[in-house]
Amino acid sequence: MRYLPLGDADRSDMMAQIGISSIDDLFEGVPQSARLTKPLDLPAGQGELAVERAISALAAKNRPMGAGPSFIGAGAYRHHVPASVDHLIQRSEFLTAYTPYQPEISQGTLQVLFEFQTQVALITGMDVANASMYDGATACAEAVMMASRATRRKHIVMSSNLHPHYRDSVLTASQFLDLEIDVVEPLPEIDKETACVVVQNPDVFGRLRDLTALGEACHEVGALLVVAVPEVVSLGAVKSPGEMGADIVVCEGQGIGNGLNYGGPYLGLFATRDKYVRQMPGRLCGETVDADGRRGYVLTLSAREQHIRREKATSNICTNSGLCALAFSIHLSLLGEDGFKRLAMLNHQTASRLADKLAVVPGVEILEDSYFNEFTLKLSRNAAEVVDELVARDILGGVPASRLFPDREDLADHLIVAATETNTDEDIAAFASALQEVLS
Amino acid sequence: MSDHLYSEDHEWINVEGDVGTIGISNFAQEQLGDVVFVDLPQVGTAVSKGDEVAVVESVKAASEIYAPVSGEITEVNEVLNETPETVNADAENGGWFFKIKLADPGEMDGMMDAEAYAAFAKG
Repeated sequence: MRYLPLGDADRSDMMAQIGISSIDDLFEGVPQSARLTKPLDLPAGQGELAVERAISALAAKNRPMGAGPSFIGAGAYRHHVPASVDHLIQRSEFLTAYTPYQPEISQGTLQVLFEFQTQVALITGMDVANASMYDGATACAEAVMMASRATRRKHIVMSSNLHPHYRDSVLTASQFLDLEIDVVEPLPEIDKETACVVVQNPDVFGRLRDLTALGEACHEVGALLVVAVPEVVSLGAVKSPGEMGADIVVCEGQGIGNGLNYGGPYLGLFATRDKYVRQMPGRLCGETVDADGRRGYVLTLSAREQHIRREKATSNICTNSGLCALAFSIHLSLLGEDGFKRLAMLNHQTASRLADKLAVVPGVEILEDSYFNEFTLKLSRNAAEVVDELVARDILGGVPASRLFPDREDLADHLIVAATETNTDEDIAAFASALQEVLS
Repeated sequence: MSDHLYSEDHEWINVEGDVGTIGISNFAQEQLGDVVFVDLPQVGTAVSKGDEVAVVESVKAASEIYAPVSGEITEVNEVLNETPETVNADAENGGWFFKIKLADPGEMDGMMDAEAYAAFAKG
């Protein structure tokens, strides 16, 4: 994209063209009290070298996950992304193309999205997936709204062991909808008023459970089971939500193909059953044949979308995380089915080794007996303080539960730790010995 | 078919006893083009005149279907779930959408007969 500088002459030309005398005229609708009356207090322009020094100094304050032992998860997971992924997504055909508005002209983009959808449907065990959403949390909010549409019911039951970011996204997105949302655990009896039950697997504490019975209980009363998966790699080892009876699966896809990126852009995966496809939000690519019988790809079922249905669209989201979805598809293709399973097993084995080492540290109790690559410790001390003292030893020792649940005093000594294939035995040994020091 | 009454929203209603059968006019299906999906209401739903009760989706557009009268939905045309193209083939008979048990037959006052509707559709 070219950078087009704007000078005073351009500005007055443009104002004359649209018939205003000052830029302020454009902001007439904004109350005077909310307007800035003086220029922003910014330093004057600087030379390239000076800027580089200033920015490097800022960057040096970061402690990158890969710079030392790191065990942070809680919804964002560091995995190894092969260099080939980054190389391929930077091809200009992919990198510069935004969601095409005349989509069928971009067969390559559509083919990628179709293959992405196919992969997502396969790993979640569902019939159909869309072309991706912003992230796992917004996908979860969309799932709740979709369940309400599909069942024409208003009562939502959400597990309080859902990641609080997911919970808050649901509450924010639905605040002007007439939904009745209960955030509870253990899950209550549900009835024919219930639109859906939303659970996370593994949950925010890392706990895995078999959701089959819950799915059956939902279906008995015509409610949908919505399963949120915060760590996509878990799907390589754990029974798929589809097999357990999920009606909608949402997932954070960042772990495959995408770095931690300071928390975004991430990749929302969204999959459902065939019978609900018309209630599904987001874009959907389909495969078809052209007039000569040649295979081609189209955006399909667009009538659900905003550019046609306007305010009656299934969602306000008519775009997708195209480049992140591409990175996901390339990485998953490189892994293949066996590689994906092996990566998942490696994660679980590493987490199990971590659990074995930490379990023998005095003052540590491991709370989960069924987990994937993340679990929760109960410490003999305040977990947030412990994490700070570990940082002083250059170890990122997980996420204190109090960061996610500031109002839950009963969780003050809980520490959520994750291990992936990026953690070495040396990392684990360093973590265990530092934790022992801090707790003694 | 001569018993059909038409609304300005290009819907028709045919009343037998206290139950009205509702669909879209042949003119409307021609305007919409190939119908690919009909989102039907749930049987048992109480509707008021003017409520959106169904959606008809064609390759060109998606349009709301409004209840031409108040009452309760007693039946929907399940055939349209599998073969929505019936709306194109037989809009004013086999392509009906749903049936309403009328709350107030007086609500049909002012609807057009086939002749008046033909003139209306011609514009």
